[in-house]
Amino acid sequence: MERVPILKIGDILLVSILVDMSDQTAVQLQEDLAERIVATGCHGVIIDITALDIVDSFVGRMLSTIASISKVLDAETVVVGMRPAVAITLVELGLSLNGIRTALNVERGMELIAASRADDWDAVLVDDEDTETATP
Amino acid sequence: MALGAEQGGRLAELLSQHEDRLTNRWIEIVAGSLRGRLSRAELARQVQELHRAVADAGRQGIGDLADEHGGELRAVLAEISTNRARQGFSATETAISVFAIKDALLELMEQERGEDTLRDFVAFSSLIDQMGLFTFETFVRARESLIADQAEQLLELSTPVVKLWEGVVAVPLVGTLDSARAQVVMERLLQTLVDTGSPYAIIDITGVPAVDTQVAQHILKTVVAARLMGADCIISGIRPQIAQTIVALGIEFGDIATKASLADALRHVLRLTGVETTARRARRES
Repeated sequence: MERVPILKIGDILLVSILVDMSDQTAVQLQEDLAERIVATGCHGVIIDITALDIVDSFVGRMLSTIASISKVLDAETVVVGMRPAVAITLVELGLSLNGIRTALNVERGMELIAASRADDWDAVLVDDEDTETATP
Repeated sequence: MALGAEQGGRLAELLSQHEDRLTNRWIEIVAGSLRGRLSRAELARQVQELHRAVADAGRQGIGDLADEHGGELRAVLAEISTNRARQGFSATETAISVFAIKDALLELMEQERGEDTLRDFVAFSSLIDQMGLFTFETFVRARESLIADQAEQLLELSTPVVKLWEGVVAVPLVGTLDSARAQVVMERLLQTLVDTGSPYAIIDITGVPAVDTQVAQHILKTVVAARLMGADCIISGIRPQIAQTIVALGIEFGDIATKASLADALRHVLRLTGVETTARRARRES
């Protein structure tokens, strides 16, 4: 059975989907990814679908599920590299990838995750300062 | 009335016997109708080529222009009429170039009156009519392909995607947006986003004369597709009248940013990307 490799780059896990997904591959990927997120403590997941010619409702649901699982484990999911033809088809079919963030390429995806982590840290720091000043 | 093998032979004989006289008369008639828009040498070359093709076809026993002996003749006719169509001659002027052989031939046959002259002439005439019709058809086909090419060029010309800033592209839409054009715009824009890696796109509709529900639908689809790919779209150049129409039609742009002018849209994008202008810095520091 084919398995999708999961690469770790710094604080981010990178998943490149290069083959058409079957039910089993998808389930296996979800399990592997959940394990890796817990094992590595990463806070970002990038799913690269540059190689996919067809994104149907099955792949769409798989992406949604992965995003939800990652969310529970406090990791943000970004889908990158969607082809124009795929995007047009999805729009024509009326499928929208709800709750999934997208970026043009892996680089932009990493920036996006870095930016949202930075926001979180800012918020935490500001909260700390507030509490310090509030309770001297 | 189709041309018999015997008649074909007689036609070929007649044509080659009186070649110079016939072609000269032919050129004269055609030159009169074209009024000097084609050089005489060029015309003479075309006429001689056509003359040779007709004579050859007759010698091979052509009965109908569509049969296997007519291949060469058809090729010559097609070439002449395609050239004429490209050069902007009218259909009549092109057809006359072929029909003129009839007049020249008639004058010749009047002088050489034999017993079968009338019968022969009617048969030749029917072949020439077929040639004329074929020329006309080729002419129309050439014109149609010319128009199709131009329409395609127009489509490409009218949908440029320009880079406004690092990571910002814009599509200035000019003219009516129909389904075909909207499709081209969408594909071109999305491809440019991928090629340049720009996360922001501005769709400027200043040049769109009217926005109805269909046009709005096309624009919305483009925006949603761009979002799926991870880019953000801003719609700009909405004129007061168009804003009223959009509200009257009940079109919802949802959370898509709309701006009155391209400048506003660019300013909005630059703020999102964190580019700081001197004006803004001055305001903040004061």
